[in-house]
Amino acid sequence: MANQMSVLSAKRIRAQFVRQSLGKALFYAAIYAFLLVMAVIVLFPFYWMLISSVKTLDEYRLSVPTFWPRVLMLNNYISAFTTAKLGRLFINTMIVGVVSTLLSLVITILTAFAFARLEFKGKELLFAALLATMMIPGELFTITNYGTITTFGWKNTYTVLIVPFLVSVFYIYLLRQSFLQIPNELYLAAKVDGTKDIKYLWKVMVPLSLPTLISITILKMMGAWNSYIWPRLVANDDAHRLITNGLRSAFTDTTGDVNYPVQMAAVALVSAPLFLVFVFLRKYIMSGVSRSGIKG
Amino acid sequence: MVNSKQWKAWLYLAPALVLLMVFTVWPIINTVRMSLLENYSGLKAAGGATFNLGFGNFVKVVKYKRFVSCLKNTVLLCLWTVPISTLLALLIAVALNSIKFLQKALQTIFFLPYVTNSIAIGMVFAAMFNIVGSFYGTENEIVVTAGIINNIIEFFGGHRVNWINSGSTYTANMAVMVVYIVWNALPFKILILLGGLQAINKQYYEAAKVDSTPRWRVFTRITVPLLSPMLAYVIITGFIGGFKEYTSIVGIFGETMGPANEPLRLNTMVGFIYDSLSNNSQGRASAAALILFSIILAVTLINLWVSKKRVHY
Repeated sequence: MANQMSVLSAKRIRAQFVRQSLGKALFYAAIYAFLLVMAVIVLFPFYWMLISSVKTLDEYRLSVPTFWPRVLMLNNYISAFTTAKLGRLFINTMIVGVVSTLLSLVITILTAFAFARLEFKGKELLFAALLATMMIPGELFTITNYGTITTFGWKNTYTVLIVPFLVSVFYIYLLRQSFLQIPNELYLAAKVDGTKDIKYLWKVMVPLSLPTLISITILKMMGAWNSYIWPRLVANDDAHRLITNGLRSAFTDTTGDVNYPVQMAAVALVSAPLFLVFVFLRKYIMSGVSRSGIKG
Repeated sequence: MVNSKQWKAWLYLAPALVLLMVFTVWPIINTVRMSLLENYSGLKAAGGATFNLGFGNFVKVVKYKRFVSCLKNTVLLCLWTVPISTLLALLIAVALNSIKFLQKALQTIFFLPYVTNSIAIGMVFAAMFNIVGSFYGTENEIVVTAGIINNIIEFFGGHRVNWINSGSTYTANMAVMVVYIVWNALPFKILILLGGLQAINKQYYEAAKVDSTPRWRVFTRITVPLLSPMLAYVIITGFIGGFKEYTSIVGIFGETMGPANEPLRLNTMVGFIYDSLSNNSQGRASAAALILFSIILAVTLINLWVSKKRVHY
């Protein structure tokens, strides 16, 4: 009798265990299914861009789409490069990106150092005022800045693409935070040894804050690559046009009978550098982004 | 000694302060000034014209039909995209947090749309929704290819939709924009929410396990409350970004900001400001910019106020 009881309860326990692990398996299956479906949706536009960029126009226009190209039309990339004059656009964007990043880094380092280490009257108030300007949408500045740069005679120059955006309060904030994490004792010790501020900044603080500086560099370069509104407004000539603006104006037609394979090849070429940066420097982008919410 | 030190600090600050005075502080003052000068135009001001002081620009802008339509588009896009993208991001982040196998790979995939150019990828979305040929919903139409999205809809037995071409409906246009903006907004939100989830103390979950609390209750009673600061942050930045929406529409519809037969139909607040600026109506542009700023400020304050009541720290 007792034996029978224990067999019964053992059966019941086993049944419950099976039910639980079955439930668990189903739960995880559902989770993976959901994630994989979402991943496919997220990746699909990239796949469609690449696949369309190597199709012939005839194949693209088939009423039943092909998911793998019948012939590889790599020529599309050559026509995209020449139609959109991508070479010139790449060079312009690189010049603006590199120069503005370097100058911006210098200004950001000096300002963040003053806010993190030096003592002066009204420091807290000034810093709070700077942070407050981050709330204001950029369009509000653009209206006046457009007039200002016209007065300066900066229209259609590299200057106009670089100078107005050299100071970023967000980058100053980011770097000040990482400067503040460096123990103050180091600074005081250096003072005792008679080390000049600027030497200490360059030899100690900058190397120790390298990850933040790399994040800033990447975000700033991506900003130049993706900027559209301001460049279109103030430097829309062939000699200074930037890549995003150039891409949009080379392919003005979005709907109707468009030569999509060539257009998609151009889009792929413009997106490629961003992907390379992503593949190699993902860590820095993600850490910079998670502290901001700002694109570029 | 103290004085020389002070002097040195200002030297370090000088480059930033000079640039900020010219390109940030002066614009703030000048925008307020221009917005209060009725019908202010930079071109006319240069010609020596004078303008009356008053709130005429604000009154005019608010009564302007085009502005009202821009405001409506912007608000609608916010109201659709922020809740959808936040909810989807929350589900994806929670799902990612509960698995080990493939977690890193999937995390990378979900972050991918962030590192894109919103004009360039907008062109890809346009290609996916576009019908090549003529499609007006009439007889004798020639459709060369209906676009991959329509192909997929037809594969599942649905009818093709004119999404973005000439003659398309406002609803269809907005649907495309919502899909694109949500796709674009997901990576940042997933990144922040996943970071928040990974910081939650595991003990809460272990305690729930001991009590054999059902999964749904664990989600609503532990995960969401402990994640609420991150959720608030993601919602606030989502609204701020939503009110500044512009380039994603240029990406899909081009500078016409709407289907070929209805240009400017999808224009936004930011688009309105730039249009006014190109028409040399700086007074009107300034008034619109200040309205945009006050909306953003109000939404942020409301969000913070709600957070204070609802967010658990």
